[in-house]
Amino acid sequence: MTTPMVEAVQVHKSFGRVEVLRGIDLTVMPGEVACVIGPSGSGKSTFLRCINHLERIDAGAMRVDGELIGYREAGGRLHELRESEVARQRRDIGMVFQRFNLFPHKTAAENVMEAPRTVRREPRRAARERAMALLDRVGLSDKYDSYPAQLSGGQQQRVAIARALAMQPRLMLFDEPTSALDPELVGEVLDVMRGLAGEGMTMVVVTHEMGFAREVGDTLVFMDEGRIVEAGQPRDVLGNPQHERTQAFLSKVL
Amino acid sequence: MRHPGRWLAVAVLAVLAAMLVNTILTNDGFRWPVVGEYLFSGPVLNGLRNTLVLTVLSMAIGIVGGIGLAVMRLSPNPVLSSVSAVYIWLFRGTPLIAQLLFWNFLAALYPRLALGIPFGPEFISFDTNQLINQFAACLLGLGLNEAAYMAEIVRGGLQSVDDGQTEAAGALGMSRSQTLRRIVLPQAMRVIIPPTGNETISMLKTTSLVVVIGYFELLTSVQRIYSTNFQTIPLLIVAAAWYLALTSLLSIGQGFVERHYGRGTSRGPTGSRLFSRAPEQGTATG
Repeated sequence: MTTPMVEAVQVHKSFGRVEVLRGIDLTVMPGEVACVIGPSGSGKSTFLRCINHLERIDAGAMRVDGELIGYREAGGRLHELRESEVARQRRDIGMVFQRFNLFPHKTAAENVMEAPRTVRREPRRAARERAMALLDRVGLSDKYDSYPAQLSGGQQQRVAIARALAMQPRLMLFDEPTSALDPELVGEVLDVMRGLAGEGMTMVVVTHEMGFAREVGDTLVFMDEGRIVEAGQPRDVLGNPQHERTQAFLSKVL
Repeated sequence: MRHPGRWLAVAVLAVLAAMLVNTILTNDGFRWPVVGEYLFSGPVLNGLRNTLVLTVLSMAIGIVGGIGLAVMRLSPNPVLSSVSAVYIWLFRGTPLIAQLLFWNFLAALYPRLALGIPFGPEFISFDTNQLINQFAACLLGLGLNEAAYMAEIVRGGLQSVDDGQTEAAGALGMSRSQTLRRIVLPQAMRVIIPPTGNETISMLKTTSLVVVIGYFELLTSVQRIYSTNFQTIPLLIVAAAWYLALTSLLSIGQGFVERHYGRGTSRGPTGSRLFSRAPEQGTATG
């Protein structure tokens, strides 16, 4: 039996007294694309951020490729990992943010080179060549030396994808990657993601793009109020939702 | 005339400027020959050298200490954060002159300073007065005081950087210190540099306080000269000329540093767009 790439077991998370995640169970196998949809405040972004320990979980367990994330088990209890160990785990998990979060003081190529240079200590020349290859792949061959402020939103998000890929992750997390984009720029980012999925990258995508979820997703997860209400093949969930909350949500967005 | 008020103001200012130039050239009290005689004289240049050395070293202590204190202040560890808060409170809350005197008279409190195991044996010990001479007391007083002010400036800069930057770096597997050095500090510099320029220019003149512990710099040297020859005004002009020259150099240097850290921002220095006459149209964003 293959190890799941992501395995969430009864994940709980509260911010103060507000319980945002109330027991999430999710398994994503290698090569799968899981899309997470749901109304705002449903906890979908928080769940995504728990996968690479940007948020610490309060109860349950999160495993990536069989390894417990953010904690280690000793004597039947969980102990939070040291910062350097969390950093090591995050190297294999790429993340793309809604608001790109490119480093504004670095050019596109420098953004992509940054983590290989500082974390992996790659030589400058090799890192630069790989950065250029990655930027070619996302269709930005003419933008190596442009600063983020000189790029459109769609171009910035593609640089952000290249930057995440530079660490050769086993898993890619996308947090509403097209929500901050002008409508005509959404397509170019989805194209890159579609290509990535086609190459067999395991992806967890929080999104509002139902078309993308239907076409590219292997699993569609509908979340509401910190719980997974419904999950299954995108065709089934979108075409024939079983739960009335899913029906209500989809009737508003489709 | 389209702007009568503006023309009237220009006329008034032109007359005032003419009067100023006239009095500077014709009033013998300025004694310009005396100014020329002392501008490059030995004692003045000695004082100038001390002013420069004290400013550079004190600001270096202040900036390095300020960064350390700011990072501590923002640390999730409550002990580090409180220590930094108490330091800033103490050093900003007491007069600099008192701090200079305190370091100078430290020997009255602790005649000997030693390195060793706390409450245990000592390895080496020093006579406090030998270890902390006047010059060292000046540096301690000016530098440690400056660190408290710089800490708040650096903290403001660090907090101005979007949290998304730290998250993006963290998600890439960069450590906290790598994120600070490579991502957050370089962006914070844009906010940190202008007030640091202010602090440096202010320090240039604040160094004159070292006279209270018997050390000397530019202003002290000049005072010593005019207290014997009574050419007060010309010698103050000598000091003012040097201070202005140094301030001009610093301003030029600040411009270069600001341009360096402004990389990647289409806006240039903060506020330049707000106050420019014809705003640039259509920058490539969005």
